Amino acid sequence: MNAIWLVIICVSVLFAALNGRMAEFTQALFEAGKAAVEMCLFLLGVVSLWLGLTRILDDSGVIHRLSRFVRPVMARVFRGIPPGHPALAAITLNFLANVLGIGNAATPLGIKAMEELQTLNPRSDTVTFEMMLFIVINTSSIQLIPFTVMGLLASYGSRNPNVVFLPTLLATVVSSLAAVGLLFLFRRLAGKEASRGGR
Amino acid sequence: MEAVNAVIQYIIPVFVCFTLLYGFARRVPIYDSFITGAKEGFGIILSIFPYVLAIFLMVKTFRASGALDFLQGAVGRLTQPLGIPPEVFSVALIKPFSNAATLSIFTDILKATGPDSQASTMAAVIMGSAETTFYVLAVYLGAVGIKKSGYLAPVCLLADAVGVIIAITIVRWLT
Repeated sequence: MNAIWLVIICVSVLFAALNGRMAEFTQALFEAGKAAVEMCLFLLGVVSLWLGLTRILDDSGVIHRLSRFVRPVMARVFRGIPPGHPALAAITLNFLANVLGIGNAATPLGIKAMEELQTLNPRSDTVTFEMMLFIVINTSSIQLIPFTVMGLLASYGSRNPNVVFLPTLLATVVSSLAAVGLLFLFRRLAGKEASRGGR
Repeated sequence: MEAVNAVIQYIIPVFVCFTLLYGFARRVPIYDSFITGAKEGFGIILSIFPYVLAIFLMVKTFRASGALDFLQGAVGRLTQPLGIPPEVFSVALIKPFSNAATLSIFTDILKATGPDSQASTMAAVIMGSAETTFYVLAVYLGAVGIKKSGYLAPVCLLADAVGVIIAITIVRWLT
């Protein structure tokens, strides 16, 4: 991340100088600050809302039941999580929100899942394999129907916005499989010692 | 499509209602539970704010400086012979960083080439299948304070690249 950040910002300064866009660059810096605040204020509302609701589910035992219900599948995928741990339920809720396209619920539930996974982490500043697996499945995005994109196509007068549905699904599924495959490949290359801790 | 939309509109309200009723039936103090849960939101946002800011700094300055346009032009010259519209790449390049920025590029493509053009369809499929990888990584890892992410970022980006290639190939094959 250090390298990416350095390269992108320095390249931006360089291009701003070449294109005579120094003023725009400076303006972009402050716009970024403003945009980040707006984004976080928006997230604050949404995250708090969903965390409040999930706490009710938690207190009424739904999370516990759900984690028992999904255990057969999830325990096979996330082998490092002890059965019945709340992390499994949080991960399931996050996947559900993603699949159904409730994007703004997915982020808070994902953060919740990360916090649960962090309780299992022996080294708190280093990512665990289960976290990586969770994020990888999450980032390769498992949404079934791309509503936003299809809505935009329709609003610009597309004759058939549905045409993107199957290609999107296929690209998503393939990239998810590739992500999981790559993750296991990298783990094998990196040696098993780092992530799972003596199995 | 409309039927699906109608069902989608019910998901959140029904879920909220179910949560409250079920909690009430199980004698959970639902109001107090909600407050306790919602309180955690503040801490989470505070911990992810600097990460979000860092991402936005990259995206905004990269676009404003004209570096993105240059990159798009350069990549475009390479891929023009392959018959891939150059605009498609800016979607693929920006999507890992920011959803909002990608949306604005996507609408630019729609306006410039029409909603049924090959470029629009490719961009749409990439939009729908790629993820805001850096953003998600920053937020999720930032929320729990993880600094060493190992080989996670390369894996995510490689998978994104696979998705983009698949998206372009399928759309070219279909149209």
